[in-house]
Amino acid sequence: MVKVIIDDIEVEVEPGTTILNAARKIGGDIVPPAMCYYSKLQGSGGKCRTCLVEVAAGSATDPRPMPKLVASCSTPVNDGMVVKNKTSQRVYDNRAAVTEFLLINHPLDCPVCDQAGECHLQDLGFEHGKERTRYEEKRRTFDPIDIGDKIKLHMNRCILCYRCVYTANQLTDQRVHGVMHRGDHAEISTYIEKAIDNDFSGNVIDVCPVGALTDKTFRFKSRVWFLKPMEASCECTKCAGKAVIWMFGDEIYRVTGRKDKYGEIEDIDGKTAWICNECRFDKKDKSMWKIEGPRVINRHSVISQNQYIADDQIESKKLTGK
Amino acid sequence: MGRKLLLEHANVPGIETFEVYRKNGGYRSVEKALKTMSPQNVMEEVQASGLRGRGGAGFPTGMKWSFLAKPEGVPRYLLCNADESEPGTFKDRYLMEKIPHLLVEGMIVSSYALGCNQSYIYIRGEYMWVLEIVEKAIAEAYSNGFLGKNILGSGYDLDLAICPGGGAYICGEETALIESLEGKRGNPRIKPPFPAVKGLWGCPTVVNNVESIATIVPIVNDGGAEYAKIGIGKSTGTKLISACGNLAKPGVYEIELGLSVEEFIYSDEWCGGIANGKKIKACVPGGSSVPVLPANLITKTAEGADRLMTYESLAEGGFATGSMLGSGGFIVFDEDQCIVRNTWNFARFYAHESCGQCSPCREGTGWMEKVLRRIEHGQGHMHDIDLLAEINKKIEGNTICPLGDAAAWPVAAAIRHFREEFEWHVTHPDEAVKRNFGIASSHMPLI
Repeated sequence: MVKVIIDDIEVEVEPGTTILNAARKIGGDIVPPAMCYYSKLQGSGGKCRTCLVEVAAGSATDPRPMPKLVASCSTPVNDGMVVKNKTSQRVYDNRAAVTEFLLINHPLDCPVCDQAGECHLQDLGFEHGKERTRYEEKRRTFDPIDIGDKIKLHMNRCILCYRCVYTANQLTDQRVHGVMHRGDHAEISTYIEKAIDNDFSGNVIDVCPVGALTDKTFRFKSRVWFLKPMEASCECTKCAGKAVIWMFGDEIYRVTGRKDKYGEIEDIDGKTAWICNECRFDKKDKSMWKIEGPRVINRHSVISQNQYIADDQIESKKLTGK
Repeated sequence: MGRKLLLEHANVPGIETFEVYRKNGGYRSVEKALKTMSPQNVMEEVQASGLRGRGGAGFPTGMKWSFLAKPEGVPRYLLCNADESEPGTFKDRYLMEKIPHLLVEGMIVSSYALGCNQSYIYIRGEYMWVLEIVEKAIAEAYSNGFLGKNILGSGYDLDLAICPGGGAYICGEETALIESLEGKRGNPRIKPPFPAVKGLWGCPTVVNNVESIATIVPIVNDGGAEYAKIGIGKSTGTKLISACGNLAKPGVYEIELGLSVEEFIYSDEWCGGIANGKKIKACVPGGSSVPVLPANLITKTAEGADRLMTYESLAEGGFATGSMLGSGGFIVFDEDQCIVRNTWNFARFYAHESCGQCSPCREGTGWMEKVLRRIEHGQGHMHDIDLLAEINKKIEGNTICPLGDAAAWPVAAAIRHFREEFEWHVTHPDEAVKRNFGIASSHMPLI
């Protein structure tokens, strides 16, 4: 085990753990935000640069600080490393700059975006954004396209985190979408608009940190904070059947995977509980699900605000991570 | 006239063929290395030579080689980076076009030193005709027993293949080059792990520039200590400089490091001064990604010392008053050239070539390009100049690969040294559109 100090809090982790995961072990608000890193997807991370942290001391044997800010999601810890995240003004400034970069070509159409309320970019903008943009140029725009009959791609909102590409690579048989072009005209696209046809393709919606990939069965139906998230399960031959159903009255508006506070699908019985397209898009009737109880969404979100649930219960749920 | 180690025989007729190259002392280093030296000996010679990577970063080649992990039973690879795409740099093209066998010879000796049995030359997609020349040289080396199984009866096997890229600047970054060679999209990898540990197909890999590899040949022939005698301090040996811009005699020159910049620009032996009797306004001494130097800092450093063509002297004064030797793409601007337009041109290049993987580079290069285009076209505001300075500060150091830095440095330096010219573009929008040149640096004397 190696000892790391993050924002003056000491933690012991396995050698080879990344700074971000060490910070997640401590938890709370010292955890750097991550837009592209997704612990369940191999190879993800390093791209969005929002998780940059300052390394004040490299290790116990070589206590020199690292000259550049490092991406905490892809930098492994050393014994005796001292990391500054919240306590560093330099980190805050650079993270604010990255937020600005992410937002210059973003349409800021939160009022009509289905992701609003559970959008990582919205959170990041709230924490680091400026009230005015300095960007006076024309924003880069694309037409929304259909990826299959159930998924809509709004490339304008995309921040090119590559999560959906990794999801398609690692969860489905054949990836038919990917990143085309370079630089600020790079785009996620299916090759010649080929539809994604695979049982697990819908998970690209769950991993998308912004509103670029949305569920066509739910689009424009409701704002997420008007819905009741309930943990529910069903008998499914393709997936574990553990999902969150989002209800309004007795009606199911949408089905998603069970995401933890970092927006990542939870592990259930040691396996990541990705859900299949049938559960996600077709099981919209209450009789198809066994409701287990209310779902606490605690990722600085407005969604859980109106839930009738005792405070101590929320606390215990947080502690068990469920 | 300085010593020539690489281009000594460049103008011998037929040097691109095996026979003529061999008659002029070619492939001696292969014979010497394979018959009389161990791989360790070759490595020691290279370390003794003090050779610094000629691709731009100037990292000592011998040290880079020593980092190569050597686990048992895992192949190692040597990749030659011939993806020379930096604006202003065209030395590798000249070398490969004129004496392709020098590169092949260098590849054989270097592969032997590193213990590689399969090596690749990754060549830029736009250099298709050069690819044919090098391919022919490789075929000749095979048929004469310098490549293939059991080279010169030494028991050492080496296969050399050449692979064209798709014409992306980013594939000159070593991990992007590896990705591209593997058949993937040329996105730089996140480091660590470095290629020396996990490179091509997960195996230890060394990536070297064409010129670095070609330089191994004279180092092995004459010995590393002999090579180290040329040059000054830590800048040893000779360097190819591709001089271009408003020079009387632009072209590729082989110089001994330590030559003074003044002599290089003005001596008839080298560039012969500025074309058409004009005065020099600015100089980019190491390819488009290094900071531009204004007239008063080209031949003298800020302290008044003579500036020399060495890694150290050109960097003297840091980024405030210095620059870098980089890849040796020496671009000179005369008094009629517009720095704003030129900076916009560079920014446009980097915005186009950014791979789009990490946010600061993807969005920042595009943003800088758009702001500079506005200023150049007479639609800029005063606050745009500070905005540019702010953007490039936030790109620098926050990206996955050095492309972000390369895009930020020239813009930062142009604003630092030629702020008045940017301001002139803002205050004189009509003239800025009509005239294709700047205000010829009113605040500093021209040389």
